[in-house]
Amino acid sequence: MNTSTAITTKAASQQIAATKPSRLAMLTGFLLAPAPILLLLLFALFSVASPSFLTMFNLSNVLLHASLIGLLAIGLTPVIISGQIDLTVGSVLGLAACIAVGFQGVLGLWGAVLLAIAAGTVLGILNGVIIERTGVNAFIVTLAGMIGIRGLAFVIFGDTSLSTSDERFAVIGALKIGPLSIITIAFLVVALIVGAMMRQSIHGRNTYAIGGSRRAAGDSGIMVGKHVIANFALCGALAALAGVCMAAQLTSAQPSYGRDYELWAVIAVVLGGTRMRGGRGTIAGTVVAVIALSILRNGMNLINVSPFYVPVITGLTLIGALVIDRKFSSRSGGAGE
Amino acid sequence: MLSRNQIIVLGSVAACFILVAVTLPNFLTVANLMQVARQASIGAIMAIGVTFVVMSGRLDLSVGSLLSLCAVITVSIQNDFGPGLSIPVALLIGIVAGAVNGYLVAVLRLNSLIVTLGMLSVLQGLALISTEGRNVPVVDQETWFALLGRGYLGGVPVPVLVVLCLGVVFTLLLKRTTFGRQLTAVGGNEVASAFSAIDTTRIVFVAYVISGLLASVAALVFVSRVMSARNDSGVGYELAVLAGVILGGTSILGGSGGIWRSIAGILTLAALQNIMLIMGLPYYAQWLMTWVVIIAAVWVDLASRRRALFV
Repeated sequence: MNTSTAITTKAASQQIAATKPSRLAMLTGFLLAPAPILLLLLFALFSVASPSFLTMFNLSNVLLHASLIGLLAIGLTPVIISGQIDLTVGSVLGLAACIAVGFQGVLGLWGAVLLAIAAGTVLGILNGVIIERTGVNAFIVTLAGMIGIRGLAFVIFGDTSLSTSDERFAVIGALKIGPLSIITIAFLVVALIVGAMMRQSIHGRNTYAIGGSRRAAGDSGIMVGKHVIANFALCGALAALAGVCMAAQLTSAQPSYGRDYELWAVIAVVLGGTRMRGGRGTIAGTVVAVIALSILRNGMNLINVSPFYVPVITGLTLIGALVIDRKFSSRSGGAGE
Repeated sequence: MLSRNQIIVLGSVAACFILVAVTLPNFLTVANLMQVARQASIGAIMAIGVTFVVMSGRLDLSVGSLLSLCAVITVSIQNDFGPGLSIPVALLIGIVAGAVNGYLVAVLRLNSLIVTLGMLSVLQGLALISTEGRNVPVVDQETWFALLGRGYLGGVPVPVLVVLCLGVVFTLLLKRTTFGRQLTAVGGNEVASAFSAIDTTRIVFVAYVISGLLASVAALVFVSRVMSARNDSGVGYELAVLAGVILGGTSILGGSGGIWRSIAGILTLAALQNIMLIMGLPYYAQWLMTWVVIIAAVWVDLASRRRALFV
């Protein structure tokens, strides 16, 4: 009796060890994903093609441009890993930017910033609650929300450009630590925190489980709804933070800020190896993909590609990365899945 | 014919419209309704094609950019060679773009959301390149081509007639042909369809070609109406059209839906926009209304089907 239990336990632990890849295998698996390869290729290409690419000034610029989409994409990654999607992030960015600037007169600088982030969090929770309680597909709820939240920003603030009334806001937006902008640092810190959350916390583990099989996760006692709503709340909060950052950087805000950003954020998450159906993906992959896309944009600018060709090349790069990933990877369920 | 939940949805929509018609006398006039239908026609034509793709369980977000590209090419060819050549070229571009989407999604089995987002970007870029960023007007606006977008036949705008004709043709294709039944099957259960010897690759491919073709038809009607083309004419159409298709009750997961439903969804959104403008609400308030209406419509449908409001 005892021995057989011991054997089963041993067999089970061996099985677990077999399914859990070693650190080396994980590293090579990560590096062979489309995003890191794309990043290295683009980095090498533009380093050769343009003398001004490999300068501290330009590289910190690349990171700054990656930061706003990056904040959206980091928030979106856990949502997609749990098998959902959030298309409202671009609209939340626009609304939050307007709140952070427009309410400075009434609430003071920090009050306005807090209100902006609170609004993003509440809208995220609203998305999550609607999806979990009504059972309406996340794509539909957030597609409608994307239109509606954009409308909300226009109805509240009108079709105008708001400029900051508090000088400190502009100072903070332009703040630099070494070569890095404060916005880049916010992006990297958030990436580290959310990355750790996904790898090490119970919430992160449950998020993967829900994305892998929602029913199995529910049957094993995971509070599926709670975790999904938490991910939407985080996504909304980070989208709002991106909005505040954008307003601080530009010292102004318009309700149209962040239009199409949701699409680029989704693209970055998928390029970073997160599976659209859920259950798989990493924050590191998303960060690498966001930076790769930013290098592509910056590099094309440096080598004087006509702006009319930029969307064509970007679109082809995206589709090409998916095709190559599908053709050359034996992994089931690659990025194109 | 109608199930219980369809009666609930149609009933609540009808009740809203009757309420509005009574309180807003300017809404329920023939001239105003014709205007609404005419404005909705371009989106409705695209929605017919997108319905095929959505019913196969995929998405097509490239239709807006495709409209832009076809529109600018139509204008430039028309200025050089006349409308006789511009129509076949526009349709050809639509078919080719649809075939590229279809190849990537159906043959290579890539994620349709990401592929068509990539194509959105590519086609938008091609529209920019072909016009070098300028907006192009039609030089000779007094040709027979103007009939397509500006004409009236027996008091009915020609674009509305185009929608009705296409609606009949594509409903027949969807409901009365083997292709239509197989498409519905693929969207409902792809694995089972493949085991039933349905060529799922071919079905999905054709769905994308139809979507591309109809986006180019929409572009022709668009150019004929405004007689010029901006290279961003179609921006935002992809999501507005998808919203109409969803509002019509076509399942985003594939397998169920219909052409008339999508047209009704687009018309409902257009009517809503019109009502809110008549009421003097700010233009952007309609977006807030769209938010509520889409979620509410899908929720009511789901709730009546499972006979419980919440999950």
